[in-house]
Amino acid sequence: MRSIRAAATGAVTLSLVLAATACGGGSSSGGGSDDSPKTLTYWASNQGASVAVDKQVLQPELDKFQKTTGIKVKLEVVPWPDLLNRILTATTSGQGPDVLNIGNTWSASLQATGALLPWDTKNFAKIGGKDRFAGTALGSTGAAGKDPAAVPLYSMAYALYYNKKIFADAGVSKPPATWDELAADSRKIQAKGKSPLGAEGSNLSENIHHVFVFAKQHGADFFTADGKPDFTDPKVVDAVKSYVDLMAKDKVIPAGDAEYAQNQSVSDFAKGKQAMLLWQSAAANLTSQGMSEDAYGIAPVPVISGTPGTGTQVNSAVMGINLAVFKNTHNLDGATRFVKFMTSDDEQKILNKAYSSIPPVTSAQADPAFAGPATAVLKNTLATSAAALPQVASESQFETTVGTAVKNLFADAAAGRAVTSDSVKAELQKAQQQMPAA
Amino acid sequence: MTTTAFKEPVRQAPSGAAGRESRRTGRLRRVTLPYLLLLPALLLELLVHLVPMVIGIVMSFKELTQFYIRDWGTAPWSGLGNYKVSVDFDAPVGNALLHSFLVTVGFTLLSVALCWLIGTAAAIFMQDTFRGRGLLRALFLVPYALPVYAAVITWVFMFQHDNGLVNHVLHDQLHLTDKPAFWLLGDNSFYALLTVSVWKGWPFAFLIVMAGLQNIPKELYEAAALDGTGMWQQIRRITLPSLRPVNQVLVLVLFLWTFNDFNTPYVLFGKSAPEAADLISVHIYQASFVTWNFGTGSAMSVLLLLFLLVVTGLYLLFTSRGRRAADV
Amino acid sequence: MSSVRSPMAPPRSFLWSRRIFLTLLTGFVLIPVYVMVSSSLKPLADVTGKFRWLPSGLTVRPYIDIWSTVPLAKYFMNSVIVAGAATILSVVIAVFAAYAVSRYEFRGKRVFTVTVLSTQMFPGILFLLPLFLLYVNIGNATGIALFGSRGGLILTYLTFSLPFSIWMLIGYFDSVPRDLDEAALVDGCGPLGALLRIVVPAAIPGIVAVAVYAFMTAWGEVLFASVMTDDTTRTLAVGLQGYSTLYNVYWNQIMAASLVVSVPVVAGFLLLQRYLVTGLTAGAVK
Repeated sequence: MRSIRAAATGAVTLSLVLAATACGGGSSSGGGSDDSPKTLTYWASNQGASVAVDKQVLQPELDKFQKTTGIKVKLEVVPWPDLLNRILTATTSGQGPDVLNIGNTWSASLQATGALLPWDTKNFAKIGGKDRFAGTALGSTGAAGKDPAAVPLYSMAYALYYNKKIFADAGVSKPPATWDELAADSRKIQAKGKSPLGAEGSNLSENIHHVFVFAKQHGADFFTADGKPDFTDPKVVDAVKSYVDLMAKDKVIPAGDAEYAQNQSVSDFAKGKQAMLLWQSAAANLTSQGMSEDAYGIAPVPVISGTPGTGTQVNSAVMGINLAVFKNTHNLDGATRFVKFMTSDDEQKILNKAYSSIPPVTSAQADPAFAGPATAVLKNTLATSAAALPQVASESQFETTVGTAVKNLFADAAAGRAVTSDSVKAELQKAQQQMPAA
Repeated sequence: MTTTAFKEPVRQAPSGAAGRESRRTGRLRRVTLPYLLLLPALLLELLVHLVPMVIGIVMSFKELTQFYIRDWGTAPWSGLGNYKVSVDFDAPVGNALLHSFLVTVGFTLLSVALCWLIGTAAAIFMQDTFRGRGLLRALFLVPYALPVYAAVITWVFMFQHDNGLVNHVLHDQLHLTDKPAFWLLGDNSFYALLTVSVWKGWPFAFLIVMAGLQNIPKELYEAAALDGTGMWQQIRRITLPSLRPVNQVLVLVLFLWTFNDFNTPYVLFGKSAPEAADLISVHIYQASFVTWNFGTGSAMSVLLLLFLLVVTGLYLLFTSRGRRAADV
Repeated sequence: MSSVRSPMAPPRSFLWSRRIFLTLLTGFVLIPVYVMVSSSLKPLADVTGKFRWLPSGLTVRPYIDIWSTVPLAKYFMNSVIVAGAATILSVVIAVFAAYAVSRYEFRGKRVFTVTVLSTQMFPGILFLLPLFLLYVNIGNATGIALFGSRGGLILTYLTFSLPFSIWMLIGYFDSVPRDLDEAALVDGCGPLGALLRIVVPAAIPGIVAVAVYAFMTAWGEVLFASVMTDDTTRTLAVGLQGYSTLYNVYWNQIMAASLVVSVPVVAGFLLLQRYLVTGLTAGAVK
């Protein structure tokens, strides 16, 4: 036994020494430096049909950047399931990329870690000033009152995609503008043997985006004004219930969608199995799945009154991708220049065209490529009736806990169990209790 | 434990001064050689397992949330705070952990039992030669040999609600269910997980038991046959008792692997497993990575480790005692 | 290999139980394998629609597409290097360690075996983040890039299989008669000579079993690979996730890629299974 204790003591001492000398890799070069001015590492999120497609889109642009600045950009396209974990481990270790894409809803959460370079006036000046960006897009770049943690790169919004042929066959002449109309149209569509609306019941982010909009329409908020979670507010419960009721009560969403998490509902829509889809900037995706642009129409997401606007007429979250600079970068100047390049008018046009998103840079929006009827709906939604998800530090936990709650409720609905105000409240209560205390 | 005896034979001592010299170095080498041989293994275990484990234990006493992960040296100490949260079974975090723990225990016991049962039965049935035995044996080892991801993703494909094979067979072809069931959501997910785990795990039991059967002396069977003992009785009286030492190790290894298995539930359900199949490894992963609270996550891992240590210790204690008693 | 149980013919009840049991078991084992093979030959429409036993048409397209959807060849090479190196190192280190434990009495022997074996029960999640931090810091302090490199992954994986390997080889070496290496020592071989010339050749089945185990452990690991690799060092187990993209789940390609990834391991495993049983017989189950 003596030697066991000795060995244990040895191991403990050794690791304490290691921990003391080495812990907190991130702090060693806190402010960023210009040690390696000739290279940059860039983590791009997966925006196209596959990682390979993204590389084809981005590489020529990076080559352009290298030609003008002499800086070589090492590109890695990180798939969505890995992205947040990779950012997290990079944050913890201080070893990461110089520039990276983040989902704009994560801005405040990542801002709280202190890993991202704050975009104060001075930094913004280096890329042409804050005014170049649309106000809605800037609203999703970090907590209010703090310097943004990132700058907007691509903007997206939700819209109602509908299959023109199925609508015509069912005798529906125009896309529904209210939820009641949607329910009524759905009956006609079901009578023709098609399923009305698709959803991704097991996809936590999709769930969040939708219940967030439903909450807005019910005049409710998931967080109090001072940033505390308030998930069990009766209006929030109502809002979440009415979203899940699209499957549970109205049977508008087929039960099978409860287990969708990998965009199967988009495939269902593209294949003509289902009449409607609530999705963000789906055009490129639908094209890649072989659905021609004439086959579907785009309309604003329904609201209770029929006319999208602000307040309870909100019909989309402000979606999009932000571009952030990692504080530990070894090429601060190069990173800033890269951000400037990516947010330049020319690049904004090229990239947003490729991904069927909207440029958050207002001067780039004027390009005719973004004037088509489809883009007009998205652009209009962003400008007039989209709201930013809560910009609080615990946003990413909110996505997980409430997203899971909605997933569980969909599972109940799919299994034929009743979804009541009480069961919704119980799930939301559980979600709230798992939120960090701070 | 303090003796330093050598099993090595004493070599012929060469004569003369040179001989004395070489004897001394020889002795020195004999003392240091085993340590030298162990050194690489020791260093690596230290680097990859022990030191990180100690760091993990240190982390479990810190408030390591998103505000501090960037420089966790500055994270405030939280004393036993993370542990208190983890074992406060009346509060949601502790309650969820307890639930997950119980699910894992139930799942592990069932999975190990089934793996053992199927593996043993198959090994015993295939003890005698028959036509096609070699082919069958190769076939049976395939699930074990498949990489986890490839195997489990195939099951995900089969368990899909709308397009999966399982519902196609149970609902469309055999009409056993009123409507297609969900296998990756809700309560059924437990059975889905169990099925995959058993499918993947039983060949290991099969392999080990098959090896164990080789060590049973043929004479035992011959003697029994002469006494007129039938086949089933031979299995009961000779085969199974002879396998006991094999089973002791096999069950323990299966238990530890199944209990700590991360890959299967993670590939099957992704980051948020349904409650009915919320295995502890994924639960802790979620507690640390998805909610960014590495302190609580570490505390949960430490508790899990303590539990496994206790269970393993007790298991070894009881089974060895039982064995010793049986030997007398 | 053939241990004949009894000279008399098995009774009917035994034969029938065997037939039924083995048939059912074969079905259970084979169905997923069949699904994997058949789906990999189906067009995308077949695998995203209702399940069907027989493909509407056979196509080898998935086997062509898998290489371009995801840089599979690169991941394959990474996996081969990582798993191969981890296996070789793990076996060599385990042979040395097991030899020491099997042939020598020394202070701390029990501590060593107990400690090494107990690491088998560590939940991976406990040391994932600490290990990651450790690698990064070693990198910062010494310039040896462990994090993100194949080297770091090799080190990690080889320690995963080490405990089981050492334990198995101790058992196997114990079964190699001591007289043999003593004779070698008398003949003038050093202890290492005795190990390499006598013990290792006699323990080949055990060593093969250990190598197969080490290789499989490294080939299929997901958790550590997902955090510790980047674009250039990603292994197959993680790389395969690339087939479910933002747009679509290419099930036929997933199945084709899974098959391509599995074939080398399964083939190797089946070729070596004879050794495996012999190795386990002497090493693990005495």
